[in-house]
Amino acid sequence: MQIPAPFDYARATSVDDAVALLTRYGEDAHVIAGGHSLLPMMKLRLARPDWVIDINDLHDLDYIRRDGDQLRIGALTRHRTLLESAEVLSLFPIVTDAERVVADPIVRNRGTIGGSLCQADPAEDLSTVCTVLGAEAVIHGAAGDRTIGMEEFHRGPYETAVAFNELLTEVRLTIRPRSSSAYEKVERRVGDWAVAAAGAAVTFADDGTLDDVAIGVTAVGLVNRVASAEAVLRGEKPSESAIAEAGRLTGEAVDPDADQRGSVEYKRHLANELTQRVLRRAIARAQGLEA
Amino acid sequence: MHVTMTVNGDEVERDIEPRVLLVHFLRENLGLTGTHWGCDTSNCGTCVVQIDGEPVKSCTVLAAMADGHAVRTVEGLEVAGTVDPIQQGFMEEHGLQCGFCTPGMMLTARALLDENPHPSEGEIREAISGQICRCTGYATIVRSIQWAADHPAETADSTLEDEDVKA
Repeated sequence: MQIPAPFDYARATSVDDAVALLTRYGEDAHVIAGGHSLLPMMKLRLARPDWVIDINDLHDLDYIRRDGDQLRIGALTRHRTLLESAEVLSLFPIVTDAERVVADPIVRNRGTIGGSLCQADPAEDLSTVCTVLGAEAVIHGAAGDRTIGMEEFHRGPYETAVAFNELLTEVRLTIRPRSSSAYEKVERRVGDWAVAAAGAAVTFADDGTLDDVAIGVTAVGLVNRVASAEAVLRGEKPSESAIAEAGRLTGEAVDPDADQRGSVEYKRHLANELTQRVLRRAIARAQGLEA
Repeated sequence: MHVTMTVNGDEVERDIEPRVLLVHFLRENLGLTGTHWGCDTSNCGTCVVQIDGEPVKSCTVLAAMADGHAVRTVEGLEVAGTVDPIQQGFMEEHGLQCGFCTPGMMLTARALLDENPHPSEGEIREAISGQICRCTGYATIVRSIQWAADHPAETADSTLEDEDVKA
């Protein structure tokens, strides 16, 4: 029987209350939202907080709201809510693609976007999605809000810019005309970690050339966007040869480890192939040729 | 710490350690051993119960997190001596072999039909995709849920009687 080590438990009644509790109990306190990453780690003693601060009562952090050219997503928004959102699907289909393969339907009832990003697991899908979309993270602390980009948010595996006495409260996605996106993952079975996954977002200029391209990969040893592959497509009209080259460059850029899920060669192959697929799908979606 | 929650319609209160997981609270503190405890890692789904009508893996929820909420377990499917159509479906279509995954499968199925009374086979398979039947009896589990969808609660009794008469 796997049981967490003893800890004390407190329920936050507001964002400020959560920050006050985190400040009071210091580095040995940990926020719990869905709990589907934290509790397994606590059972294995990979995490051993003295205090668990439950933020599940902060319902005002559970929202998807359009604000001008931004879509604002509350940090406590459940995976299931994102998956079922028609607005998310129409604006950022990469989010819907990814949510379809985050864990399994039961886990998605509990897990949150904020929890996924703060967990910062290298095999975590939404980190790649938010990186590709150039998301901004709103972090609340005693001094108020600060807003940072994903490249600053991610510090490494299981590490983010969210300090011990801060709370991620919102994720902001910028809505761009003539753009779309896609995500695809290969996993051995539902709920397993990704063998590899790739995401892409494209924005067209008026003349049919690609104004901007973003490519990101999951679980293959690369946190940042794949700049070399993006450069092949940017400023050009999309072509099969350029997409194939972008895939090839992504396969070269990644740095996967061999493990029970596959060899280095296989994971490079997947990075290449999945990058091509998501580029094709994002382009077709932006052109209105595919849902 | 002190927790108060509704379990199968009854309010329960207990003093527990904060680290007690919901699955163990149900089994050991309340004696509701119908909820099974399997992998401990939120992979197998045999521990699925409903919190506020939504299926969750109770090995990965603290009992403290369920404080103030409504929990439903397999013991709460039967109402006033009448089995739920889901339970009837698992009997009609041989939805269990060893039975270990069955409580979790049924709670997920009940939540699915509450939201989507006529799911496609694909929707059923998606709904139970986070749960493992180690007997690999998935085909009959899917058929059991389809049976329940075809026999909603108000007609379940009469169907049973009809078939009893035929038998």
